[in-house]
Amino acid sequence: MIATHYTYWIIFGLMMIGLYAVMSHGNLVKKLIGLNVFQVAVFMFFISLGRVDDGSPPIITEGIDVYSHPLPHVLILTAIVVGVATTSVGVAIAIRIYEAYGTVEEDTALARDAADEGAE
Amino acid sequence: MTSQLPALQVVVPLLGAAGCVLLRSAFGAWVLFSVVAVASLTTSVALTVQVWDGDVIRYEMGGWPAPAGIELLIDRANVAVLLLLGVIAVIAAGYGRHSIEVEVPTRRIRMFYAALCLLLTGLLGITVTGDAFNLFVFLEISSLSSYALIALGRRRRALLAAFQYLVIGTVGGTFLLIGVGLAYSVTGTLNMADLAERLPAVVGNRAVTGAVVFIFVGLGIKMALFPLHAWLPGAYSEAPSVVSIVLAAVGTKVAIYAFARFAFTVFGIDVVFTDLPIGEAILVVGSLAMLAGAAVACFQQDFKRLLAWSSIGQVGMIVTGVGLATASGVSAAYLHIINHAIIKGALFAAAGVLLLRLGSTSLDSMAGLGRRMPLTFGAVVIAGLGLIGVPPTAGFASKWALAAALVEDDQWLILAIMLASSLLAMVYVGRIVEVGWFRAPAKFDEQAAESGEQATAGANPGVLRVREQTSLLMAGSVALLTGVSVYFGVDASLPSNLADGAARILTGGGAP
Amino acid sequence: MNPTLALPLAVFLPLAGATGVLLCRGRPNARDAVSVAAGVALAAVLISLWPAALDGARVELWAWLPNITLTLELEPLGLLFATVAGVLWPVTTVYSIGYMRANRERNQTRFYAFFALAIGAAQLIAMSGDLVTMFIGYEMLTLATWPLVAHQGTAEARRGARTYLIILLTTSIGLLLPAIVWTAVLAGTTQFATGGVLVGEAGPVVLTLLYAMYLFGIGKVALMPFHRWLPAAMVAPTPVSALLHAVAVVKAGAFAVVKVTIYVFGLDTLADSGGADPMVWVAAITLLVAGAIAVTRDDLKARLAYSTISQLAYIALGAALVDPDAVLEGALHIATHAVGKITLFFCAGAIYVATGLTRVSQLDGLGARMPFTFAAFTLASLSIIGLPPLAGTWDKILLMEGAVNGDWTVLAGVILVGSLLSIAYLLPVSVRAFLLPERAAVGAVRDDPSGVPPPRVPIQEAPASCVVPLCLTALACVAMFFFEYELVEPLARVLEGR
Repeated sequence: MIATHYTYWIIFGLMMIGLYAVMSHGNLVKKLIGLNVFQVAVFMFFISLGRVDDGSPPIITEGIDVYSHPLPHVLILTAIVVGVATTSVGVAIAIRIYEAYGTVEEDTALARDAADEGAE
Repeated sequence: MTSQLPALQVVVPLLGAAGCVLLRSAFGAWVLFSVVAVASLTTSVALTVQVWDGDVIRYEMGGWPAPAGIELLIDRANVAVLLLLGVIAVIAAGYGRHSIEVEVPTRRIRMFYAALCLLLTGLLGITVTGDAFNLFVFLEISSLSSYALIALGRRRRALLAAFQYLVIGTVGGTFLLIGVGLAYSVTGTLNMADLAERLPAVVGNRAVTGAVVFIFVGLGIKMALFPLHAWLPGAYSEAPSVVSIVLAAVGTKVAIYAFARFAFTVFGIDVVFTDLPIGEAILVVGSLAMLAGAAVACFQQDFKRLLAWSSIGQVGMIVTGVGLATASGVSAAYLHIINHAIIKGALFAAAGVLLLRLGSTSLDSMAGLGRRMPLTFGAVVIAGLGLIGVPPTAGFASKWALAAALVEDDQWLILAIMLASSLLAMVYVGRIVEVGWFRAPAKFDEQAAESGEQATAGANPGVLRVREQTSLLMAGSVALLTGVSVYFGVDASLPSNLADGAARILTGGGAP
Repeated sequence: MNPTLALPLAVFLPLAGATGVLLCRGRPNARDAVSVAAGVALAAVLISLWPAALDGARVELWAWLPNITLTLELEPLGLLFATVAGVLWPVTTVYSIGYMRANRERNQTRFYAFFALAIGAAQLIAMSGDLVTMFIGYEMLTLATWPLVAHQGTAEARRGARTYLIILLTTSIGLLLPAIVWTAVLAGTTQFATGGVLVGEAGPVVLTLLYAMYLFGIGKVALMPFHRWLPAAMVAPTPVSALLHAVAVVKAGAFAVVKVTIYVFGLDTLADSGGADPMVWVAAITLLVAGAIAVTRDDLKARLAYSTISQLAYIALGAALVDPDAVLEGALHIATHAVGKITLFFCAGAIYVATGLTRVSQLDGLGARMPFTFAAFTLASLSIIGLPPLAGTWDKILLMEGAVNGDWTVLAGVILVGSLLSIAYLLPVSVRAFLLPERAAVGAVRDDPSGVPPPRVPIQEAPASCVVPLCLTALACVAMFFFEYELVEPLARVLEGR
């Protein structure tokens, strides 16, 4: 199981690393990086699902009968687009947070809001 | 033409988004969004009429046949949600005309409407699609546009709320993707109908279990199911008023619909509720949500935040109905999806009116307001009674339906919890009433309001321009939603027929 | 009048009255005239319905949920309650006009509008043909009376109103609503039916539990420990107290209890299962304890409030005994206690208007100055105590019969002690007023923060629009003694034919 499905374990490890980064860091950019690691791991999981033993890449050529499943690739293409869009929206918001607060540390930003509230 | 309606339901708002970007004027964007909203409502009404007798419409996108191509699916389980989306879109268009003008910088208005169109596209897409992967894509479309919309909130902390929602929401969306992937890995299909056919053969497979759990958790984040609700209070309370209305009224509801669709027609009651303890899990977290949401709402100092926490509790009520997995339970859930959307829509709409008038939604600023703005405040109170579930408001009808479903299922403890949460709702609604009518108004100092406004505006440049007058359309939206919430309490036959039809499709074992 | 037309009309008239009152804001005379006119019209409609009381007219309004239809229904018990509320409404309105104007109360338009709304809700309860309609009316009544209780707007009034609302809503949402839902699931219907809808649908334990949920859930009947709202609501102006204690609110509770006992459970079902027995004790204890508390209260309105709690327990007791005679007592007591208690409150209000006095111990010797008021007070007191030839006589006798029929001999003692207590808390008022010498300091009335005794002014009766209504209701206490059976005769026939 471990030997034959080692890719899944690697992917699983990546996912955990990504989630850990999202949760443990107060820095918004690092959060986004963790989010990307997490998403990419899932994309790789999907692609690995499409692999067929002894299959060749899904390009029709003479003399080859066994192909890997092409559908997951196509789907993941879409998902990658979604991922890119998410990252760009995230980065855009992070930049605006930097403009508004002068920091990309979540704790510092929250503290400045709290300070504002106290001042009011 | 009528055969193309399912596609139009999604394509029209999508094109509208592109159009809003291309149009150079804010007013043009508003006109376009209004057209899109009315078109959506018209389409959903037409679709409702077509499937009212129990028909199912399957539409092959682009003419590609089902398993490979993407299929759209219209039946009684989703027309209720489509109708709701249409109505809320129209309300948002009417309400937004003035509210957006004041809350959002002029140069951003057309992009705002573009994002609003995309949000509508995503939510409608989730609802009509018959393809599991496609659902993920639409979920992300709706999420991405809502992050952008929330970030346009008037205060800078809207940005933090949007970012927090982005992180949590993306994790949720990715969880959904994992779940869909697992289901695909054992069945080799993404079409919901095909999935439903092939899944029974592989029941017991750990991948199926994994798929159910990942989809449940992923959608749980989207529906802000306690304890996955962390993004909701910030997002609802910081977003511009129109966005708050749309998100609170239909944002989470669509995720609940998606879960019901997966649970009942894709995986089937046997897998989700008999083999796996998902039903029990939902009942437990639903009960906790009802108590925690209502209890935390009692201690909020900000009106919109209070409403947001109340939403967390109400979502708990809805999923409890789904978790019962009986026809009457699902019907009650649908009824409350409709009723709560109307009630919360009315409340957030009223909150927007108050925001424009007062420049703030804190409860302190609302002191003594009942005398100065009796109509708006009266609407708040009537809708608030709906949250408690006092007759003759819509909340009473759904509370009745859920209570009956719980009694049928002998869930006495949950019934007690539901009633306790209603009583907690009485406490937080009571607080609003007392603040509004029985607390002396804080000295309303125009000068101070002016300078406070400038201070906030300085932090988030050019965003807040408080105006005194409320537009007729905004007031009309509040009045309309409040009126409907009372009408649905006095005569609940329309929403409950919709809900019953949905429940029959979902729990009656009809193929998706 | 055609009953199918008159039933919706009875609910509609007060609502129209409320609208009219709002339209006439700013013109006090027109506004008050609208109130009285709506009241008189309602009373006329209701009285015209009596000949048709047993026809069983039903009006199906609309399907609220697919399997639940909102229904109005004419039946003797409902008509009795509707008539009590409908006839006392114009009387109370006339009294209110005198009281509110004499006291220069503010927000009178709001007062009359919500008063009319409350009457509309009471009519809806009375005419309800199913549990859902009744519940809707019940909750509307709570909400419509809340602004009335909070009318003064002072901190004390707000606190009282909050207690009022919280207790009534908590009991109705927490107990009454689940009880109704449970009934709907067990019986498969929410419609009322003679002989009950739960026959053979539930075991004794379920029936006992359900009956307790109904009686505690109907918080308006003020069974202990859910009685606190009634004394809390004493902060309201006196006409509101009359509304609460006599016209609509507590009577709505009492009516709902009797209605549920007869038309949901069925007397035979309850009697066979013993499901109501625990509630007999709850009612008996409430009857005694509330009476004992009333004796200790010096504030006249507080004393009357506890007296109401005690008297309501008579009705609950009558229902819980599930004996036809006892249930008839319950129904009759709705009417007789209403007439008696409204007189007492009118008197309390008239005393306040004329002298500013609120305490029993301050009333010494006032009888000579306010002869009509105190004569009425004495008549009404005797009626509530149950002395012939006054209205309260028959129901005490019927209740005794019911208790003995059901082998509850000990209850006969309870009822007797209850009557003695009512003598102890009601008669001292008249005794002090008529027999004791007037106090020297009686002139130290309200609005006098300086402490300097104002010049002695001869204290006269309250304004005529206060005194005339209370004399009328006091005379009604006497009159009802003679044609009391006509009020419950249709209901008795329903009970016989069950």
